[in-house]
Amino acid sequence: MNLAELQRKLLAAARANRPGEDVPYAFEKRVVARLPGKPATDLLASWNRTLWHAVAPCVAVVLLLGVWTFLSQRNDNSGETLAADLENTLYAPFDSQIETW
Amino acid sequence: MPDSAAVERTDAELIAAVLNGETASFEPLVKKYQPRVFVTARRYARRESEVEDIVQEVFLKAFQKLRSFRGDAPFEHWLMRLAVRTCYDFLRAHRRNREVSFADFSDEESDWLERFAANPSDAGDDAAAARQLVERILAQLSPAARLVITLLEIEDRSVKEISALTGWSVPVVKIRAFRARAEMRKCLKKLAREKYL
Repeated sequence: MNLAELQRKLLAAARANRPGEDVPYAFEKRVVARLPGKPATDLLASWNRTLWHAVAPCVAVVLLLGVWTFLSQRNDNSGETLAADLENTLYAPFDSQIETW
Repeated sequence: MPDSAAVERTDAELIAAVLNGETASFEPLVKKYQPRVFVTARRYARRESEVEDIVQEVFLKAFQKLRSFRGDAPFEHWLMRLAVRTCYDFLRAHRRNREVSFADFSDEESDWLERFAANPSDAGDDAAAARQLVERILAQLSPAARLVITLLEIEDRSVKEISALTGWSVPVVKIRAFRARAEMRKCLKKLAREKYL
């Protein structure tokens, strides 16, 4: 027996047989009669929505801080660069260690 | 004239009213979308009482989760996702492990299969026996396989649409579709071996 053809025919039969759209009489009344008083408050969805709303302001703050840092470094004439600052900070414990011993 | 007034209100207005505590505004939404939900439920449940229970559960869930509907997509899409997931839950809860054997088939189903075995073109796609037969075969499949075969092969939906409806990722849908086809072929092979080999 050609199983691939059998499968194709059966699926075609199922495709041709769309279930009916008929609805029992006053079904919507039955549903409404079973509804609880109010839709439940979905805490997870509310938290999710709040986080999504917070995305745009947070991105704006990050961008503003970035621009401010960039500009303040350009205007800083002390000669100290970010690299030098980082190096001083990293070596600070070792420098103080040498002085102590 | 509350009914005609309700008809004129859009889905968004009705949803806003329900969220403001006007529970009666949910009725026009049920009335509008219940035929589509019934069609979906009838694809997975045979008995009408089971179909009604599924549809009722879909609308009760929709009401309870209405606050999570963001309104980015049409309400109908959101509701149909809920309907498909409820049907999947139903299939998992009512999983029947009973193996179908050729002896369980009706005379019409056996005749149709015999006609197909003799000459495949003699067995029509539109025969009632073929429809009963495919219903039996689908009932044999695992819940995931049945869901994927129904959405992909019978409802002719794309993998992306199935992914959106089920919440599975696109690769998962593809893998499950591959396994579902293999599962269906295995089921048909078993039947063919039983009767014709």
